[in-house]
Amino acid sequence: MTARPSGAGMAKKIARGFFYSPKVAPYVLVLPFLISFLVFFFYPLISTVQMSFQNIAGFDEVRFIGLQNYANLLNDRFFSAIRVTFLYTFWTILILVPLPLFLAVLLNSKRKIGAGFFKAAYFIPQLTSVIVAGIFFRFAFSDSATALINTIVAAFGGEPVQWLKKSVPTMAVLVTLCVWRWLGVNIVYFLAGLQNISPELYESASMDGASAARKFLHITLPGVKPTIVYVITISVYGGFSMFAESYALFGTARTPGEIGSTMVGYIYQQAFVEARLGFGAAAGMALLLLVLLINVVQLKFFNAFETEA
Amino acid sequence: MNKTMRRWDIFRVSMILLLSAFALVSLIPFYFLLVSSFKPGVEMVRSGISLNPHFEKFTLDMYGLLFSPKESNYFFWYRNSLAYTGAQTICGLALTSAVGYSLGVYRFRGRNAIFVLVLLVMMIPIEIMMIPLYKEMIALHFFDNILGVVLPFAVFPSAVFFFRQYSSGLPLELMDAGRIDGLTEYGLFYRIMLPLMKPAFGAMAILISMNSWNSLVWPMVVLRNSKKLTIPLGLSTLITPYGNNYDLLMPGAVLAVVPIVILFALNQRSFMEGLTVGGVKG
Repeated sequence: MTARPSGAGMAKKIARGFFYSPKVAPYVLVLPFLISFLVFFFYPLISTVQMSFQNIAGFDEVRFIGLQNYANLLNDRFFSAIRVTFLYTFWTILILVPLPLFLAVLLNSKRKIGAGFFKAAYFIPQLTSVIVAGIFFRFAFSDSATALINTIVAAFGGEPVQWLKKSVPTMAVLVTLCVWRWLGVNIVYFLAGLQNISPELYESASMDGASAARKFLHITLPGVKPTIVYVITISVYGGFSMFAESYALFGTARTPGEIGSTMVGYIYQQAFVEARLGFGAAAGMALLLLVLLINVVQLKFFNAFETEA
Repeated sequence: MNKTMRRWDIFRVSMILLLSAFALVSLIPFYFLLVSSFKPGVEMVRSGISLNPHFEKFTLDMYGLLFSPKESNYFFWYRNSLAYTGAQTICGLALTSAVGYSLGVYRFRGRNAIFVLVLLVMMIPIEIMMIPLYKEMIALHFFDNILGVVLPFAVFPSAVFFFRQYSSGLPLELMDAGRIDGLTEYGLFYRIMLPLMKPAFGAMAILISMNSWNSLVWPMVVLRNSKKLTIPLGLSTLITPYGNNYDLLMPGAVLAVVPIVILFALNQRSFMEGLTVGGVKG
């Protein structure tokens, strides 16, 4: 006669069996993610909503003030931050889609041009932190007539530009910094997209006597459309969460005359420099609504695109 | 015949010239950073960056300064960046590979819901909620320490997608064979599937560690003590509206980049794969 397992042992065994069963295992594997999601994403998200209606003076001094924070958002500095964020996103997309696509098409050609070297060279800027890149850019774009970029401007007969003092040149520097860091990554995306296009399409087009331009318009462009959509999506995300680039160039969250302050910069500055946590949360909510809105518009737009094509 | 040959050559040469111009723009900042890291900061202030390297003025003094504890905390920043990056990578890989694998290999109720949550993390910039996250870190005593830097960013949504994609392509018959051999579900993951996912781990390790090594905004929120900062954060404290400490800034920037560029040179392919994850395939 075998010894019967004790009640506690039995429960343990059942618990173990439960833990190891193929039905339960997937849940155990996603559990750390779920906990992390709840603690570091969901709770802060809900908390942002809550804090946006509060005036928070200290840890204990929390007062409900209704929509006051939102009303206070209607100020010139915040509008300026929205404008800078929008413009930055707009310009980075406008450059970081066609330019890398063009270079990727060149690199993808069958002629021997050392594509491997160029691909690596374009990619290397991505390895730097924004701060390190910013150190160089501050120097290159400094005001003096002998600074690198102003020397080039002078060579074309221009006057030295005060790059980080006015809004248009500042935007140009911010966008250049972004393009410099991301060009290579987008080229790799587009190269992957180009490789998915079947070479036979080009061959048969050539036999029909199609020009290079027609081949690009009718084969290449539709072929890389998913990549274009993807690159735009990540650029929108990157553009709206931009702060580091501006911080790297100005060294402060609040830029002189707000010429380089972004929405995230504004949230950071209000919350962590001026200690207006509730107000900063309201600014965060505004950013959240904008991002969601843009995501919806984008999905609609590209779906419409899809059915039309 | 000869004429068309020549036309193609001109085309090729102009293509190479164009590509080289862009490559020059991509690489020239590194040349300047490197050259100026060997020159005293006064030199930088006086003459800015110029194409002439002025080799006669080269000195290693600033690198010495960088690592002398009296002059700078760079040694601490470097050590911290290594520690934060290591912890972030291990944590991130463990977490994202487990979810990704679970979503890729098992069919279970709530699978789609979990997937939507991952998408949500991907779509909403975490910067929006950095204020409550900051308060939470203080409450949890994670403020100004490694846990506060690492844990909130353990979920790396694109890595989850990648692991999900990768594991769904693995031969599931191996799992049944493993079950017959008496392996538990976790044994299957750890002993059979995980080794098959090695390339995915390599690419994701690069993605996560690069992000961690170069991240700025969140460490800026959660770290205060000057000895606990990361390299980018520490370097940014050398840039002030009142003047910049170029003696330390330049060599500090070079040492932050050089190891990564070397790693990149050795594993170009996995870097490009890792950092461009989520790109459209097929």
